[in-house]
Amino acid sequence: MTPVPEIMVKDLDMGYGDFVLMRDLNFTVRRGDIFVVMGGSGCGKSTLLKILVGLKEPSQGQVFYGDVSFWEIDPQDREQMMSRFGILYQSGALWSSMTLAENVALPLEQYTTLQPKQIREIVSLKLALVGLAGFEDFYPSEISGGMRKRAGLARAMALDPDILFFDEPSAGLDPVSAKMLDDLILELRESLGSTVVVVTHELASIFAIATNSVYLDVETRTMTAMGNPKKLRDESPNPNVHKFLTRGEG
Amino acid sequence: MCQNGALTLLLPSVGKPYPRRVLPCRLSQRYPFGSTLRLFGALIVRDAEYHAIVKDTITMEEAFVQTKFRFRRLSEDSLSVCLSGRWTLGEEVPTAEKLERRVDAEPGVRRVTFDTAELSGWDSTLLTFLLGLCHNLTKKGIQLEGEGLPDGARRLLKLATAVPERAGARKAFKREPFFAMVGGSAIRFYRSLVEMLDFLGQSTVALLRFLAGKAAFRRSDLSLLLQECGSQALPIVSLISLLVGLILGFVGAIQLRMFGAEIFVADIVAIAMVRVMGAIMTGIIMAGRTGAAFAAQIGTMQVNEEIDAMKTLGISPVEFLVLPRMLALIVMMPLLCVYADLMGILGGVLVGVVMLGLNPMEYMNRTQEALTLTTFGIGIFHGAVFGVLVAMAGCLRGMQCGRSASDVGYAATSAVVTSIIAIILATAIITFMCEVLGI
Repeated sequence: MTPVPEIMVKDLDMGYGDFVLMRDLNFTVRRGDIFVVMGGSGCGKSTLLKILVGLKEPSQGQVFYGDVSFWEIDPQDREQMMSRFGILYQSGALWSSMTLAENVALPLEQYTTLQPKQIREIVSLKLALVGLAGFEDFYPSEISGGMRKRAGLARAMALDPDILFFDEPSAGLDPVSAKMLDDLILELRESLGSTVVVVTHELASIFAIATNSVYLDVETRTMTAMGNPKKLRDESPNPNVHKFLTRGEG
Repeated sequence: MCQNGALTLLLPSVGKPYPRRVLPCRLSQRYPFGSTLRLFGALIVRDAEYHAIVKDTITMEEAFVQTKFRFRRLSEDSLSVCLSGRWTLGEEVPTAEKLERRVDAEPGVRRVTFDTAELSGWDSTLLTFLLGLCHNLTKKGIQLEGEGLPDGARRLLKLATAVPERAGARKAFKREPFFAMVGGSAIRFYRSLVEMLDFLGQSTVALLRFLAGKAAFRRSDLSLLLQECGSQALPIVSLISLLVGLILGFVGAIQLRMFGAEIFVADIVAIAMVRVMGAIMTGIIMAGRTGAAFAAQIGTMQVNEEIDAMKTLGISPVEFLVLPRMLALIVMMPLLCVYADLMGILGGVLVGVVMLGLNPMEYMNRTQEALTLTTFGIGIFHGAVFGVLVAMAGCLRGMQCGRSASDVGYAATSAVVTSIIAIILATAIITFMCEVLGI
């Protein structure tokens, strides 16, 4: 069966004011893909993520979810679509005045009519899925960085989203925690069948999880490669892509 | 008599129990075992299941439960749970306790398996149901076998139970005894007092080092802070002081008019503003505007570990951050006080001239006579003291700030509250001292 295009980015330009950060971005993320947006620091990976999730408007071009042009629909409809996204921010972005349970429960309270008991059960399940069973009453400031990130993932999964977005999931984590998070992403994709978009420059993670990827080149200010990262590493004729994927050693 | 394999039609009667007697309609055709048919909202179940589960009376709720799960006895010790329909967020689904009660009603069950052939959709709703069931039945020694579950659900259940709850991780909420609460509060108060004194000591040392020309801070920071605390505060100080002058004038005019002594409005406004009100109002404005900003700035630096970075480089945060802020306010507060005094007097002039019809020159002469250098000096002294207090409170709360966004908010609020309390206390002390000294 041909995979249905889930996200399509068409002729996208992005920047801040008059400054163009990237231009002519064209790629498709298939349903069920783990799609990695990679590139050097400052190339605009996180800006692209913000455009994909509705936090920043593109300078030009379109983003399609299915056949819906994300930036051309009513803002209210866009907000409704955004509730189907799960987003894990670089630092976890947990609300510091709320406990982990309250953090995970908030989207459920906002978007569902579930009873408090059902919400508590779902919160416990989500925290258990990320290995934080029993940490419901902790505040973000009381747990480690890795745990905060996992709690952020639990919150991202609260509404069983169709698409999961990760901004630098491995940043700031020790190798074991980073590997655990990669495994968790793979497991979630396998179990839920969600589409996963990851912004990262961690090579170990890229090779471990990506089924498809796009390379944003900071020099040419556009995408210069697309495909499976292992294949790109071995076969890409672009020296920048090759250099990036071999840590400049190839 | 019902024959095993025959089907029974249950008609829904909304808001009422299901018919006590099964509808006489019998469908003779054989149906695949375990299947459930719904015709225009009616439910068709196998006779055998109907009699096993429903007995004589079936309620609407029970009929609803049957649309989500049914039982099949596989052997003496095993039971198959057939899950059907959609088990997704927003769908009404039965609780794990309901199924558990049914399992309890079945004698000798040691093993529960699942059949999800009729399951049309699932998400966290099914997982929470299964997790709850697993938890409850395992405690009773009943084994749950997940082979029949959807592959994804099985994997997620495995994942959810893979990391056992860390012993002691769960917080136990117990009510603290009264004396423990009082003791705890006393200890916290003592610690905060020690911290405050420590900070006061460090700030004094920094100030002395500055006077000795040894303090290390950036002069450009001080210039910027002087601008922030000074000229940028003028609009708000103007507005508030003018209005306070107007209010004092109005209040005084109403009383003095009764004695025909309207001209003394000038005395009231001038003395009140110059001696204390100008300084207090400026102090409160600066507490809300600048003190809170100091606490938020330094608090955010604390969150971002910028202060830790300073300490590790051997730079004193008190000298580098607190001292310039303190100096800026010590310099600017008296100047702002003088400005506030002028604006307050202007407010009084407006009342005197417009409302009481006094001659402006006469009013100004009266003001000049009312004011002495001592009154002016006391006002300036108030301003300088308030400047130190606002800067100290803002910087102290910033330095004490925790490591989260909410801590920054708390630090800013606490800075304002501390500043205002300190301003009022200092006013009381200065007023008392002036009384003792006879000035």
